[in-house]
Amino acid sequence: MTSKAREIIIKNLFALLAFISVLLLGLIVLFLFREGLPIFKQISMAQFLFGSAWYPTYDPPEYGIWSLIVGSVIVTVLSCLIAVPFGLLSAIYISEIAPAGIKEILKSVIELLAGLPSVVLGFFGMVILAPWMQETFDLPTGLNIVNASLMLAVMAIPTISSISEDALYAVSRDFKEASYALGATKYETIVKVVIPAALSGISTAVILGMSRAIGETMVVLMVAGGSAAIPRGIFDSVRPMPASIAAEMGEAAFGSGHYHALFATGIVLFIITLAFNLIADHISNRFKEEGSGTL
Amino acid sequence: MKWRYFRQSLFFGVVRLSALIITIALLGIIAFLLVNGFKAISMDFFTLPPTDSMTKGGIMPAIVGTFYLTVGAIAVSLPLGVVSAIYLTEYAKQGRFIRIMRIGVNCLAGVPSVVFGLFGLGFFVVFLKFGSSILAGSLTLGILVLPTIIGAAEEALKAVPQTFREASLALGVSKWKTISRIVLPSALPGILTGAILGVGRAAGETAPIMFTAAAFFTAILPKSIFDEVMALPYHIYVLATAGTHIEQTRPLQYGTALVLIALVLGIDLIAIVLRSVVRRKKRW
Repeated sequence: MTSKAREIIIKNLFALLAFISVLLLGLIVLFLFREGLPIFKQISMAQFLFGSAWYPTYDPPEYGIWSLIVGSVIVTVLSCLIAVPFGLLSAIYISEIAPAGIKEILKSVIELLAGLPSVVLGFFGMVILAPWMQETFDLPTGLNIVNASLMLAVMAIPTISSISEDALYAVSRDFKEASYALGATKYETIVKVVIPAALSGISTAVILGMSRAIGETMVVLMVAGGSAAIPRGIFDSVRPMPASIAAEMGEAAFGSGHYHALFATGIVLFIITLAFNLIADHISNRFKEEGSGTL
Repeated sequence: MKWRYFRQSLFFGVVRLSALIITIALLGIIAFLLVNGFKAISMDFFTLPPTDSMTKGGIMPAIVGTFYLTVGAIAVSLPLGVVSAIYLTEYAKQGRFIRIMRIGVNCLAGVPSVVFGLFGLGFFVVFLKFGSSILAGSLTLGILVLPTIIGAAEEALKAVPQTFREASLALGVSKWKTISRIVLPSALPGILTGAILGVGRAAGETAPIMFTAAAFFTAILPKSIFDEVMALPYHIYVLATAGTHIEQTRPLQYGTALVLIALVLGIDLIAIVLRSVVRRKKRW
């Protein structure tokens, strides 16, 4: 074989394999829809999304996932209210304030936190946080929205922190120096110059953190309590979408309405996270290309 | 004037405090598992299967199962991921097609793990008729870590200076030889770091294997890749939530969680150390 022929073969082979990688995403979509869409032969999309009764094993079954969606949204929003300040502040500390040694240690801490298996966090929430909460606040159960949100926040903090840190780090030194030259303090420089300049990256970080939280399964499966009803307060149990899928898929007979309904719940989850990721991608691209001079 | 500096100190205090709280959270979780899990750890814990309807004995089959699943996942994702990254950075002309591929990879990275589980169930278990098996679970986990590996490999390849490639090409070396002899060796540590992080991720995931590979309990070790296996993360979940002996098996749960966390964080730590060593040694 001539060397030129080999070059061409290698190039095309690599292109093919790269294409397969992306094709897998297509396959995920295809099979989610293939297994999920049949539920809409039984009920309308509006009934599925906004129906508030989730009784998949009753006769006749009811497949309304509104309470699951509400559950997911509540734990996600609440976990981000906790994770955003911690993630952002730790990113500011790492990128702007910390001395070199502490900076390295803290970066490793964040990375290890990101590596904690979710089932371990769920377990921690179950055996430590839940009994403590139940006793301290005198609740019927410690497996509730607050507990799930706290554990989800632990998972979202590393995402928010590391992406925000990249964004803060990328802010041009000229900006900071110009600010100092005008007599601004370090605090004023960070808050009025660095953060606004990094805002697109920080928004991306927050969106990806939310995406991580809404799709996380084991934590909400183990500590959210599992009640498929619209919660009345933050100490109520909920059943977020991933928890419902993970808990029930084992019992749902293949090809049954329940099986298809769980896949359709997966579609909803997929579309939400896809939207989050596309928005994040859009924001980071739109602002990246224009260089350091834009805010 | 004073207020400006007071405000700054206050802000720095809050920032330091939040960094401290995060560190304490991590150390607290690890310490808690260490203290409680340590009592369960013994030689038997590693070498025996669960006995007395999972209330006693060890976790050997779960360790073996997690090992198989993780090795399988990396065997799938490492070649595919590295080749994809080479194509994207070295061969492909930067244009709309590449942009779409990159968005595709990014989106793949953001898909929730339970959705990977659903896909694995629909595609590998049901459509390809692999059943709930090591094969189906490994492939599902492999696809899950694929974006991590592509991302890390791409970054490592991009970090190799363009002058290396130009020097090689200027000597009349073909493109593939340039990539395989010059670019890849320089990028190898970075690629390896990504692969190790991928291993850690695959070993700790639960949701993707729940419907594709994991068994509640198996009396014997798997004989082929079409057998179901026990796995560490799933074992924790099962012991902690199902059955009638939840309180009785607490020590086993702590022990299993400790083994899993030591495994996963140990793997991550290797990657972190490797990366910092490489960074210090870097000659360009």
